[in-house]
Amino acid sequence: MNLAEILGRALGEAVIAMPDDLEQALRKARENETGELARMHLKAILDNIELARTDRVPVCEDTGIQTVFLDAGRDFPLLGELLAAIPEAVEKATKTGPLRPNTVDPFTGMNHGDNLGPGAPAINLTIVEGDGAAIHLLPKGGGSEQLSALWMLTPADGIKGLKREVLSHVQKAGGRPCPPVIIGLGIGGSADTCMKLAKRSLLRQLGSRNPDPNAAALEEELLESVNSLGVGPMGMGGKTTALAVNVEFAPRHPATFPVGLAMQCWCHRHVTIKLDRNGKAVP
Amino acid sequence: MTGKRIIRTPLDQKTIGSLKIGDVVFLSGRIFTARDQAHMLMLKDGLPPGLETKGLAVYHCGPIVKQMNGERVITSAGPTTSMRMESLEPEFLEMSGARAVIGKGGMGHGTLKALEKLGAVYLSITGGLGALAMKRLGPMKEVHFLEELGPVEAVWVFDAEELGPLVVTMDSHGNSLHDAVSAVTGENLARVLDGL
Repeated sequence: MNLAEILGRALGEAVIAMPDDLEQALRKARENETGELARMHLKAILDNIELARTDRVPVCEDTGIQTVFLDAGRDFPLLGELLAAIPEAVEKATKTGPLRPNTVDPFTGMNHGDNLGPGAPAINLTIVEGDGAAIHLLPKGGGSEQLSALWMLTPADGIKGLKREVLSHVQKAGGRPCPPVIIGLGIGGSADTCMKLAKRSLLRQLGSRNPDPNAAALEEELLESVNSLGVGPMGMGGKTTALAVNVEFAPRHPATFPVGLAMQCWCHRHVTIKLDRNGKAVP
Repeated sequence: MTGKRIIRTPLDQKTIGSLKIGDVVFLSGRIFTARDQAHMLMLKDGLPPGLETKGLAVYHCGPIVKQMNGERVITSAGPTTSMRMESLEPEFLEMSGARAVIGKGGMGHGTLKALEKLGAVYLSITGGLGALAMKRLGPMKEVHFLEELGPVEAVWVFDAEELGPLVVTMDSHGNSLHDAVSAVTGENLARVLDGL
């Protein structure tokens, strides 16, 4: 298989078969819920995941905006080929079926029909050590993305201000982002850095904690308080509003306190492909 | 738990009036999709020739359409966020005669008032239910505005069989489950913020 075929296949799989950790978290949530509507929604979600896998059709019809985190080794020799293969794979996956054409011109409203365009797919390139590459594909739905947010807080607002904004935001969002959600938070850096950290944090294994004790404590506290709001599955009440809160951070300017929130729906589709220096997929 | 409650389109006023927020139903019969673009087009130019909408359900949905052996096949068809249609829905319900709105996330007070005035309901389907909804909608029967709006925004017509589960979250008596939950979560939020 060439690079575009490897990526196209992975993209198709990402929108059809949900990750194990997500399915487990949803099952656990269902066991934990006592309300009839909360349990009903979680059952429908789990039935839908199973049906999509059996019938080989997309779990959700909004297959999102194609977001890619590409970690390329500094000695990976095929970077140019790989950068060309990503849009090729997206176009093919759109033309042959698994992806819905979602990119629309912001001025005219015209659908491009191929999910391509300037900045689409969105490729975030990081150069790392080594001679291989890891490609993280994140087809990100629009309903939840619409509830992503950025706050430029003051240092006096600080972490307390962050908690206030995040909790108020989740309460106000209600059922719109398709809870139970996964909340990615980026703290510090600049406006763009914190948003990117927030989105990247969505790639983490559910239930994992940031190795930094302050960040880990914030993750645990916020997950508990978000779930104490009672928004629940699809915003109809319940104990499970979020499955995870993932925090990543960077140093900030002493005058600013940027906080980015990447909202992800329960339909958390993502897949990682690793390539060796010859462009062969490796486990 | 008692058996499934199935409602059928075209919906009559007796059925609509009997639906209360929190009820869970399944819907059978004719249903058509419309997102914001289709709402705007139909409000401007009227219903397309041949599309009968009286008493039917308008479904906020932009499906995935695949070409298979020269035929269009719907592969995934869950709901989209209904709030985008909030400014358009009251007038659209009045104009089209549709008496149920199916979508996700709920709608605002303009629509709630229109539902009460016209005798209509808002039914919530679980967000992301692409595969399951596609099964229950069955094969597509008609499509309108495909050229003008493209496959995502076009009006697709189906004969649904027990589409659901659907929760009545806004009824024809002026009640909204979204408002009720929001009142509770608002109180919870105030308590949590107090404790910070």
